[in-house]
Amino acid sequence: MTKPQWNNGLVRWIDDRMPIFTLMHHELVDYPTPKNFNYWWNFGSLAGIVLVIMIVTGIFLAMSYTPHVDYAFESVERIVRDVNYGWLLRYLHMNGGSIFFIVVYIHLFRGLYYGSYKAPRELLWILGVLIIIVMMATAFMGYVLPWGQMSFWAATVITNLFSAVPVFGEAIVTWLWGGFSVDNPTLNRFFSFHYLLPFVLFALVFLHLWALHVHKSNNPLGIDVKGPQDTIPFSPYYTIKDLFGLGVLMVFYLFFVFFAPDFFGEPDNYIKADPLVTPTHIVPEWYFLPYYAILRAIPDKLGGVVAMFGSILILLILPWLDRSKVRSARFRPIYKQFFWILVVDCFVLGWIGAKPPEGIYITIGRIATAYYFLHFLVIIPLISMVERPKPLPESISTAVTKGGAAVKEAT
Amino acid sequence: MTDTATTAAQASGPDETRRDFLLMATSAVGAVGVALACWPFIDSMNPSADVLALSSTGVDLSAIEEGQSITVVWRGKPVFIRHRTPEEIETAGAAPMDDLIDPQADTDRVLKPEWLIMIGICTHLGCIPLGQKVGDPRGDFDGWFCPCHGSHYDTSGRIRKGPAPRNMAIPPYEFTDETTIKIG
Ligand code: HEM
Ligand code: FES
Repeated sequence: MTKPQWNNGLVRWIDDRMPIFTLMHHELVDYPTPKNFNYWWNFGSLAGIVLVIMIVTGIFLAMSYTPHVDYAFESVERIVRDVNYGWLLRYLHMNGGSIFFIVVYIHLFRGLYYGSYKAPRELLWILGVLIIIVMMATAFMGYVLPWGQMSFWAATVITNLFSAVPVFGEAIVTWLWGGFSVDNPTLNRFFSFHYLLPFVLFALVFLHLWALHVHKSNNPLGIDVKGPQDTIPFSPYYTIKDLFGLGVLMVFYLFFVFFAPDFFGEPDNYIKADPLVTPTHIVPEWYFLPYYAILRAIPDKLGGVVAMFGSILILLILPWLDRSKVRSARFRPIYKQFFWILVVDCFVLGWIGAKPPEGIYITIGRIATAYYFLHFLVIIPLISMVERPKPLPESISTAVTKGGAAVKEAT
Repeated sequence: MTDTATTAAQASGPDETRRDFLLMATSAVGAVGVALACWPFIDSMNPSADVLALSSTGVDLSAIEEGQSITVVWRGKPVFIRHRTPEEIETAGAAPMDDLIDPQADTDRVLKPEWLIMIGICTHLGCIPLGQKVGDPRGDFDGWFCPCHGSHYDTSGRIRKGPAPRNMAIPPYEFTDETTIKIG
């Protein structure tokens, strides 16, 4: 990695005073990247692009949106019917939320499978967990903005979660609302936060990438890069692969935008908010269903709230719960099986979250919730003590090309 | 100036601790200042004077027949007003205290037994329970039923079954004459 030479005089002038072009060249072009990535490594860059799409569509939506209880619902309808391309902006934004969560959840489970949370990437992982938490807050407040029935009742139920806090519960909820129920002050502040948080996310993503670029990417083998023979420069190899992935994602995303814009939504959100009538079957957006199932699995109000927040916060300490030195599940025969059981468990929780809390669904929800915590608190530490990992390959290049040496010459 | 700089560079004993102390004291004062300056911002999110001012509602009860319910709005919240039948009053009074999740006598929840006036919000997560309209499900205790997570309330609005921790709240109200109340 030598210092790049700039031909353009202006670029050279700027770079001499502030080496921004050199920095970008090092981090995005030369950047040595393990040569054995599979497609699961596409989802990080996809998440970043979706964040940009959300910010751009959001800013333009905000130009036509009115955060007032008497006009919010109508202003969103007007965006869709009367504003030029308003329908496109809104459906890109609305479905973009779901796409964002699909991409980020895959990205997260990729990390779980390949042990990307282990040393020296713990901080990178923790920043990722913070990102997902801020994303959830952003999406929740965004969902309130169109002021439909689901918006209103989601806001009511979720803010009421804080009433479970001992002693200060009621005061906190009144403070969150700015009144005695979810009302205009609540809508106004949610809009303000919904505008702010994506930029906080942007800053967190920057820190996440900074931490990433210190120890560089993990890879499907989970072993460390031993030298230049194990890497290829990010550009053009991975820029082109990421672009290809983006094309595939856009086909998937735009299919919903153009042909099924309300696929992820709830019909009740096309009824204007009515503070005096709760819809008979309230459900959160699909990406919150597993947490909702955990909330309802615990028969105690405070306990349910603690378990729900705990289910995501537990990821913060995962690097210290898993004591195995081997990262990739490819070499961890027992962990690999339990990983897939966890995936199934999360889908079960999601399914239960959409069902009414009665009869057999309660029992299944409780078992799935118990298993979720068991996985992290008991199974993971146990496996890392008893499991005998398979032998690790000597290096990335010996594993992916039969003769590592030949490739060494080629690069 | 040069003198102090040399001392600091040599990191010799007493001077260093004096500087450390000054640094820590400055930081502490700064931190307290920032914390105090946060308060106006935090408090600006609490209910404002105009929201607090909208705090009382008058209701004329004369048109509500026995067995009927109406819902009025007070501070943006629904208030359930039920003209209870003698049977409802009797079952509410007869419920054994040991069976109650949040024990409270029916007589402590009403000013006049035939008028049950309470905030119609489920104490679990804030949904509006069903049971005000004819034909609504009224739960296992013939009062109100919250469809969100299945809480059952009795004819006194007390929680009897389900995840809600408390009875539906009674707002402050008074009878201004035989058939009119002022809530708040
Ligand atoms: C992290 C990125 C973001 C996420 C996950 C997100 C999520 C959401 C969601 C789920 C909705 C509800 C869509 C609906 O049901 O109609 C929404 C609405 C909205 N968002 Fe965002 N958003 C993001 C960024 C932004 C930004 C940066 C702005 C800029 C101001 C913005 C402005 C709006 C507006 C004005 C609405 C209301 C219009 C509508 O409902 O379509 N959003 N957002
Ligand atoms: S809000 Fe009524 S049972 Fe949960």
